[in-house]
Amino acid sequence: MVEPNVTDELFDTAIMDEEAVKGFSEPEQQERPKTWRLYWRRLLRRPAALVGTVIFCFFLFLAVFGPWIAPYDYEKQDADLRLAAPTLSHPFGADQFGRDILSRIIVGTRNIFLLGGSGTAVAVLIGTAIGLFSGYIGGTTDEVVMRLLDVLLSFPSLLLALVLLSTVGPSSLNLVFVVAILYIPMVARVVRSMVLDLKNKEFVEAARVRGETRSYVLFREILPNALPPLLVEASMRFSYSIFLVASLGFLGLGVQPPSPDWGLQINLARNFFAIAPWVLLFPACTIAVLVIATNLMSDGLRQVMLPGGGRN
Amino acid sequence: MARFIVRRLGFMVMTVVLASIIIFFATTILPGDVASQILGRFATEEAKSQLRTELGLDKPVVVQYGTWLGNFVRGDWGESPSMNTLVRPIVFERLGNSLMLAVVAFVMYVPLGILLGLIAALKKNTWVDQTISVGSLAFIGLPEFVSGLILIAIFAIHFKWFPSQSAIPPGTGFVEALPYLILPAITVALTSLAYVVRMTRSSTVDVLQMDYVRTANLKGIPPRKVLFTHVLRNSLLPTVTVVAIGIGWLIGGLIVTESVYGYPGLGRLLLFAIQRRDLVLIQSTALLIVLIYVVANLIADILYAVLNPRIRYS
Repeated sequence: MVEPNVTDELFDTAIMDEEAVKGFSEPEQQERPKTWRLYWRRLLRRPAALVGTVIFCFFLFLAVFGPWIAPYDYEKQDADLRLAAPTLSHPFGADQFGRDILSRIIVGTRNIFLLGGSGTAVAVLIGTAIGLFSGYIGGTTDEVVMRLLDVLLSFPSLLLALVLLSTVGPSSLNLVFVVAILYIPMVARVVRSMVLDLKNKEFVEAARVRGETRSYVLFREILPNALPPLLVEASMRFSYSIFLVASLGFLGLGVQPPSPDWGLQINLARNFFAIAPWVLLFPACTIAVLVIATNLMSDGLRQVMLPGGGRN
Repeated sequence: MARFIVRRLGFMVMTVVLASIIIFFATTILPGDVASQILGRFATEEAKSQLRTELGLDKPVVVQYGTWLGNFVRGDWGESPSMNTLVRPIVFERLGNSLMLAVVAFVMYVPLGILLGLIAALKKNTWVDQTISVGSLAFIGLPEFVSGLILIAIFAIHFKWFPSQSAIPPGTGFVEALPYLILPAITVALTSLAYVVRMTRSSTVDVLQMDYVRTANLKGIPPRKVLFTHVLRNSLLPTVTVVAIGIGWLIGGLIVTESVYGYPGLGRLLLFAIQRRDLVLIQSTALLIVLIYVVANLIADILYAVLNPRIRYS
């Protein structure tokens, strides 16, 4: 497959100052703290990325502490409040069962972070392992593994998710596995291309000559140096997994009721759109804000950690 | 060139075969007995086993797979239990609807995306560029049901300019369907626009830094001519690929958009089939969608090679 270099943006090669060049060309253990501080300083210079990161952290905070912050019990139904319009006491209104929408959104944050996050984490773990070994071993094994991943990649992701979910049935655990299966090929390719770059470098050669084991070379020499692109890839995958989890919830194939899942909530309230648009619009806008913030953050990470292009 | 195409074709066949295996085995291990689903709970054991023989369900799975794939290739796509009609006419009618939507969306986002990408690249690092780049970035990965609902709220419910639902009856012509296609097409365009903008911008920025562009500028060739004859030919190459790959998604992947607007396209048909657990319908629709994707990828590869001599001759 011809790989369009979608992310190869030479946004600003100028920012790649001497310090950074040193940090990348001579990757040694003691250089690392300095490199991270450099990333941080660069991030401060990008307002859009900074705003994205702050909003993302806010949602992360909600995901952890949501149940204690929510003003009402997210499951409590109140017949008098059915489809109530936003007021001061219920700023986002109430849904078709008279449940406080703000509380449901706050509590539902954890759901999307848990599902998307663990799906991404599993994909990163397995994808990294495949990419590391396949790239390091090389030869026919590498060729076969990469062709198989290419085939998986050429599938439409939502279609694959739907077919898989219709087989195993919708549940939280299955959702995590589906997200992971979809993203393993992408992570593996990024890691593999880093391994191919690094495996003939002198410091790797030196470790081999020292007689280090293969796993030492892979995990202690190559992996730490492949970390920046891996982190960037992981944050992009996470952004897409929010998209996927929310979309599947909307299609009714994600988490099942009465979970306060955002996509599911929108799906169940669709019939009330004309009379009570807030029931749908507040969750929809929350998803929009989280997706946009995550995009800005991961793009910022990419520019901060991989100035001058990045992948391949 | 011929060798290149043969290699791509080989990869394409491999993908389709693997896809058909995944689809077939995923649907045959679906929980539940097909025979009792069709005949109902009160059917006698005899009737059920007779139906299983008729459907070939008593044969080994590999034989079933072979029969199914053979029938699909010959155009015998079977009968849908949930709709009580032949599968093929329905799928093709939905394919027609999907094509109409794809055309409208394509016309909306491709020219606009290229234009915005070029402007951003030419005005690199100014506020114009910042606005376009950050703005397009924001919409990448925004679920279609989110933008779709917001669009419906504004343009269908508040201003009443367009219908909020697009459930057109079968056999609607393109002109009659057009008002129903606008909002879904905008929804799709919003999601896809960003890819075209970013691709065009980054490759144009790259090309603008090339030595030959500097030479052309220093020779005193008018900027407009440098752009059209020297820059665009190279800088639009990756955009062409992205757009061509996107066509597969435009036709077969709009499951969410079609579901928001109730538009009877291929994606919604697949979702319907999955909700009803209609195996026959799932199998044919899913395989057709994969075929569309794979063909779109192939076209993208070939276009890239045709436009880029470096690939063609290597």
